[in-house]
Amino acid sequence: MSDLKTLLQDRRAATGLLILTVLCAIGVLAPFIAPADPVVQHDVLRTRFLPPFTTGPEGNLYLLGTDRFGRDLLSRLVYGARISLAVGLLSVTVSVALGTAIGLVSAYFGGAVERALMAVTDATLAMPRIVLLLALITLWEPSVVLVVLVLGFTGWMGIARLTRAEVKGLMGRPFVDAARAAGMGDLRLIGRHLLPNALTPVLVAAALGVGNAIMLEAGLSFLGLGVPPPSPSWGNMIAGGRDALVNAPWIATFPGILVVLAVVGCNLLGDGARDALDPKTR
Amino acid sequence: MLRQLGRRLALGLGIVLFVVTVTFILVSIAPGDPARLWVAPGAGQAELDAARHALGLDRPLPVRYVTWLFNFGRGDWGVSLVQQRPVMRVIADALPHTLLLTAASLLLTYTGGIVVGVIQAMRHRTAVDTGLTVTTLIIYGMPAYWLAIMLVLVFSYAAARFGWPAWIRFPALGVTSLDAEFLSPWGRIVDRARHLTLPLITLGAIGIAGTARFVRGAVLDVRDLPFVRTARAKGMSLLAVESRHILRNALLPIITLLGLSLPALFSGTVFVEVIFAWPGMGRVMVDAVGGRDYPIVMATTAIFAVLVVLGNLLADLLYAVADPRVARNGHE
Repeated sequence: MSDLKTLLQDRRAATGLLILTVLCAIGVLAPFIAPADPVVQHDVLRTRFLPPFTTGPEGNLYLLGTDRFGRDLLSRLVYGARISLAVGLLSVTVSVALGTAIGLVSAYFGGAVERALMAVTDATLAMPRIVLLLALITLWEPSVVLVVLVLGFTGWMGIARLTRAEVKGLMGRPFVDAARAAGMGDLRLIGRHLLPNALTPVLVAAALGVGNAIMLEAGLSFLGLGVPPPSPSWGNMIAGGRDALVNAPWIATFPGILVVLAVVGCNLLGDGARDALDPKTR
Repeated sequence: MLRQLGRRLALGLGIVLFVVTVTFILVSIAPGDPARLWVAPGAGQAELDAARHALGLDRPLPVRYVTWLFNFGRGDWGVSLVQQRPVMRVIADALPHTLLLTAASLLLTYTGGIVVGVIQAMRHRTAVDTGLTVTTLIIYGMPAYWLAIMLVLVFSYAAARFGWPAWIRFPALGVTSLDAEFLSPWGRIVDRARHLTLPLITLGAIGIAGTARFVRGAVLDVRDLPFVRTARAKGMSLLAVESRHILRNALLPIITLLGLSLPALFSGTVFVEVIFAWPGMGRVMVDAVGGRDYPIVMATTAIFAVLVVLGNLLADLLYAVADPRVARNGHE
């Protein structure tokens, strides 16, 4: 609890948290906020490519205009928040679980296990992530779950290295030796002492990772390999807007602004948390 | 030093081998059959099997892998299944475009990033610092493809519609104009530079923003160390302290960043190449993955991996130059 207080005293962390909370709230409350159904299209020839602030043929206001199928852009953005944020959060959860497990095991057991795991980590880190993503994503039918898993399984390396460094630093400390001398088993030692003490930098990296994952999800959707239509995600909305860039520039502009906002929120939270929770600067 | 270099080279080779092996397994188990591209529409199973056999796709995976690795090492990279011309030719056409783009954007990223970051650190806690911090934060949060689209929207479409002067109006696609053949030599250079502008701004702006954020932190970390205070106390001018003590020490983490940022740069290049129809490696790779063009996927992956490993090696060497302790004692 005191950690949360320290965190909120940092202006950047508080701003980041505020941005993310608002975006998440929009996603969760989408059915109550969205003025229209995000997938329904009306008389397409009369409602498509309507610029922002126009009134449709039915007398309803399209606040941010419509896309090429005459669907309300604002409603799609609101529902898109659900998918884009969920993909970001869930994929980083996968990365964190995998990364902390690998980092913990290699630091705790050391020796050949550590060398092998770190060699794999470094080699995977040397691959451009987009190569891995492109190769993996084409293996199965596109779906939201696939995007989450693929992003999760290509983003754990930094967290594994971080966890390993943290735990190695802890291993030499007296309280770990004391706990072991008192007869604590491997699992309890890891769960009670090592993991909680190594968690702060991992959570900071996770916050930054969420931003990156949101950006990559949008990138995959942009290449047509991400969230399949008709579900709106900010990425496939940008892709759809690119085709109509000359006539309807607003379609690609708005979802991009939301991606930037979400990423900025994550980076503010991560940067702020690093400084606020770092024992060296406290 | 030499022994260490040898060890790093061996390690790099191991990494490249790992990367190509993983990629080979991944693309091989991916669904989709490239042999379909070699038979006429409506051909029967017999024709398809014959094509698969001719292309060697019916052999077991390990055999295909070893054959590929052996041939690749010998310099026989096979024939593109989709483009039906030698992989070497496809790569030779694409690689220079990507190298030009990445080299230019690396140069822009590091000069620009160091300048902006140092300015921010020197003006720490002033309006200049705050303004630049907010600007870099926002630009760093932009996906490359979206920034590219927005730049095209403003500097190609809007510029053409509202008749802006030529020096702020840039082409949205390609490497040269269609009529580039008929231009004077100087005109051709200008034409290429104009086509390079928007892709370069996209990668450069994001790169500068990321690097500046990092440089600012690195300089601020060094600024308060005792030896800097000593240098100031003995009467050294601020500028001399900046360049001789602070920048040299802040340079170390920045060099490490250079090595680490290469994979990310290549990822960014892929999107930028797709948007600007830039005929480089990234575009070739995206097309190849979609078309199950195994020889091309493997070759592009291997080359990206080699470039990343070489970049890291270069960063290590630079590190040794910047920090004499490393050259003597090795990294660890």
